[in-house]
Amino acid sequence: MSFFFAMLFYVAALILVLGLARKIFQYAWTPAPLKIPTTPAPVTRSGVVLRLFREVVFFESLFKSTKWTWIFGWMFHMGLFLVLLRHLRYFVDPAWVPTWVWLPIELIQPFGIYAGFAMVVGLIGLFLRRIFVDRVRYISAPSDYLWLILLFFIGFSGLMMQFVSHTDIVMVKQYFTGLLTYSQGELPVDFPLIVHLLLVAVLMILFPFSKLLHVPGIFFSPSRNQVDNPREKRHIARWAKALDKQETN
Amino acid sequence: MAKAKFDVPELTEYVDVPAIAEGAMAHLSPFVAKPENNTDLGFPGELVDDWHDKTLEKLNDLRKRYRSLQVYLDACVKCGSCTDKCHYFLGTADPKNMPVARQDLLRKVYRRYFTFAGKYFPKLVGAEDLTRETLDEWYSYYHQCSQCRRCSVFCPYGIDTAEISMAAREILDSIGYGQKYCNEIIAKVYKIGNNLGLPKGALADTLEGLEEDVEEETGIAVKFPLDVKGADILLITPSADFFAEPHVDGLIGYGKVLHEAGVSWTLSSYASEAANFGMFIGSYENMRRVSRRIRKVALDLGVKRIVFGECGHAWRVAYSFLNTLAGPFDFLDPDYPVPQHIMEFTWDQIQKGNLNIDKSANDDMTLTFHDSCNVARATRMGDKPGGQIEIPRNVIKAVCNNYVDMHHETIGEKTFCCGGGGGLLTDDLMEIRVKGALPRMTALKNVMEEEGVTHMAAICAICKSQFTKVLPYFGMDMDQIVCVHQLVSNAIILTGQKTEDDAQEGEEAQEAEA
Ligand code: HEM
Ligand code: HEM
Ligand code: SF4
Ligand code: SF4
Repeated sequence: MSFFFAMLFYVAALILVLGLARKIFQYAWTPAPLKIPTTPAPVTRSGVVLRLFREVVFFESLFKSTKWTWIFGWMFHMGLFLVLLRHLRYFVDPAWVPTWVWLPIELIQPFGIYAGFAMVVGLIGLFLRRIFVDRVRYISAPSDYLWLILLFFIGFSGLMMQFVSHTDIVMVKQYFTGLLTYSQGELPVDFPLIVHLLLVAVLMILFPFSKLLHVPGIFFSPSRNQVDNPREKRHIARWAKALDKQETN
Repeated sequence: MAKAKFDVPELTEYVDVPAIAEGAMAHLSPFVAKPENNTDLGFPGELVDDWHDKTLEKLNDLRKRYRSLQVYLDACVKCGSCTDKCHYFLGTADPKNMPVARQDLLRKVYRRYFTFAGKYFPKLVGAEDLTRETLDEWYSYYHQCSQCRRCSVFCPYGIDTAEISMAAREILDSIGYGQKYCNEIIAKVYKIGNNLGLPKGALADTLEGLEEDVEEETGIAVKFPLDVKGADILLITPSADFFAEPHVDGLIGYGKVLHEAGVSWTLSSYASEAANFGMFIGSYENMRRVSRRIRKVALDLGVKRIVFGECGHAWRVAYSFLNTLAGPFDFLDPDYPVPQHIMEFTWDQIQKGNLNIDKSANDDMTLTFHDSCNVARATRMGDKPGGQIEIPRNVIKAVCNNYVDMHHETIGEKTFCCGGGGGLLTDDLMEIRVKGALPRMTALKNVMEEEGVTHMAAICAICKSQFTKVLPYFGMDMDQIVCVHQLVSNAIILTGQKTEDDAQEGEEAQEAEA
């Protein structure tokens, strides 16, 4: 069992990292031939950083649009974010990193507990919206429901471990820090943990082939990440330059 | 009320988000281009035999050339935020007019042929085979999008359906399935110099006529120069300004402002068109070819500045793309932005106090302002973000006493399209034009009833033409649409001009100073 999970997570991690790297490289390499920021847009680089920050942290555009999706979506993502920070303790030995990095992670640990609930409640809200709003139902493919279900069961099994059938956290930690140093440990065999880990591995493997590409995508979206300065600075793509060379009239 | 072969939506206090009605607009497609319309633009004349492979080839080519397309095809999470933002959905209830569903028409093919999930699990992720019917569906629904970018404002990733529509139209063109309206017009620009096909002689006559009209009315010889070498400013304006109502009154306004500013300026017969329908069909090459006519004329005439007249998508191409497509403009005067909008020019003159204005000349109207989608969401005026929304209002308020905004959810960056943008301003698409105007018409009707608004000003040739046509369907009057520079024209007292009532003159001058 421990060996199976070790292999599974090595493979999953490899697919996740390589798959995402491939996509990020593709986005970065593909030229954006025209200036198309959705205006009013920032006229400086730092303004753009701020705009993206607001999008990523507050979901600004979604907030302008529909409050219900925003509330549930934001609960889910913020919950997820805190949960993942809390999870760092399974992978990182405090001895590996300086205290000033570790301390904030230590401090949010207690909030992480509620974050798990926020995440699950958010997911349920999003799921209900997907079923009951006719417009959203119309645009949903099976995979759109399955993502929510997958994430729900990851969260649910996690909460089970925390509140119902505790698992041996110390062993889990030894096992996963062990994976990072290529030394094989033992995994506690608990049903919720097995479910949790299996689903997480599925998530990692599918991530780079799915709509979860919204995570790198948001940073590469020209309508959000471009500076509004076309008159001041000539913007030209590689392939468009070639057109200029062909004929100069 | 104009006669209609379809149900004109009724105006109520709010635009309710409709329950979806599948297939409600599936019957509507614009006329297909004649072979020569396509070949003039460098596309195959008719649908090619190997359209299947060619379509995929082009899609693959475009996603490698446009980051927007690649990212937008991948990133959508189907959150639904955009679903109730499109005026065409609100007006038709056809779910394929929801922005995300419109994108999905292309996305399902992208997924099927270019993604792992779509290749092996098509059902799971909604991927579908490319068939002949797919092309017809694209042709229909990508011509029910005015590329107004309203959806992009509300999408958490800024996914811009306009980019997808442009890509889809480019693909269709590349396999010989072009739209008559756009392609015919672009060919006219290549052959004659403008969308309307006005040759140089006709243009010169029109301008002469305008000079006579203005002189008759004001006693002042305001010139409308054409092809003048060595002029300082090249004015590029949509060709509708040369004769259509109310556009032409706007052109008179530009002429008066330029006259009072004391600058030398000229129009050009070779580049007698600000519009650039190359953008609507998503063709970089055609958009570039149209744009470079402006560069050529600027060089030939030896002008120092370029100023654009009132037009929405034209200002987008000018402001956002001209430097890219036809730059660098290092041969022009670096003290001025290239290009400049006539609104920026006029506002500058107003602030400097160079214009003598009698606001009361517009007292017979209470105005509101329609933000053109391309101006509001794809360009800027002035130095600060949002200038494109403020400056036209500043100008209107400087020349009119009575001004009210429409509901805040329908203006500024959230403005609703007039319903006729993006290459849809053609009679064969009248049904979608009328239905898509619903949100704007509703907002207008509300300020008419609540605030006594009589007229709506616009700064786009397409908006003006569209409203002129569509207002009567909703029981309103086509004359209710006016140009911003028409208002300026009404209010300007030209230097040396005798006003009708000389006794009032002193009073008005005081007002203008205040
Ligand atoms: C940079 C980080 C991220 C940002 C800015 C972001 C943003 C968003 C936004 C704005 C939405 C749409 C609103 C909603 O439905 O919640 C969304 C949806 C979604 N996100 Fe994220 N996200 C991020 C990271 C993640 C990660 C790490 C995951 C999963 C592990 C994820 C999974 C999802 C899913 C499944 C949906 C669809 C929800 C639905 O079906 O309605 N996101 N994301
Ligand atoms: C290899 C990766 C992971 C491991 C080893 C792991 C392990 C665990 C363990 C041992 C717990 C129980 C905590 C306790 O009893 O206090 C837990 C809880 C939880 N896990 Fe994970 N997990 C992983 C990845 C994830 C991911 C990717 C998500 C979210 C998408 C997630 C969501 C949760 C949630 C919501 C809880 C409950 C709340 C909490 O304790 O923070 N886990 N996880
Ligand atoms: S760009 Fe405008 S017309 Fe096109 S889908 Fe978006 S909102 Fe609708
Ligand atoms: S708002 Fe954006 S992410 Fe959400 S469904 Fe529409 S296009 Fe997709």
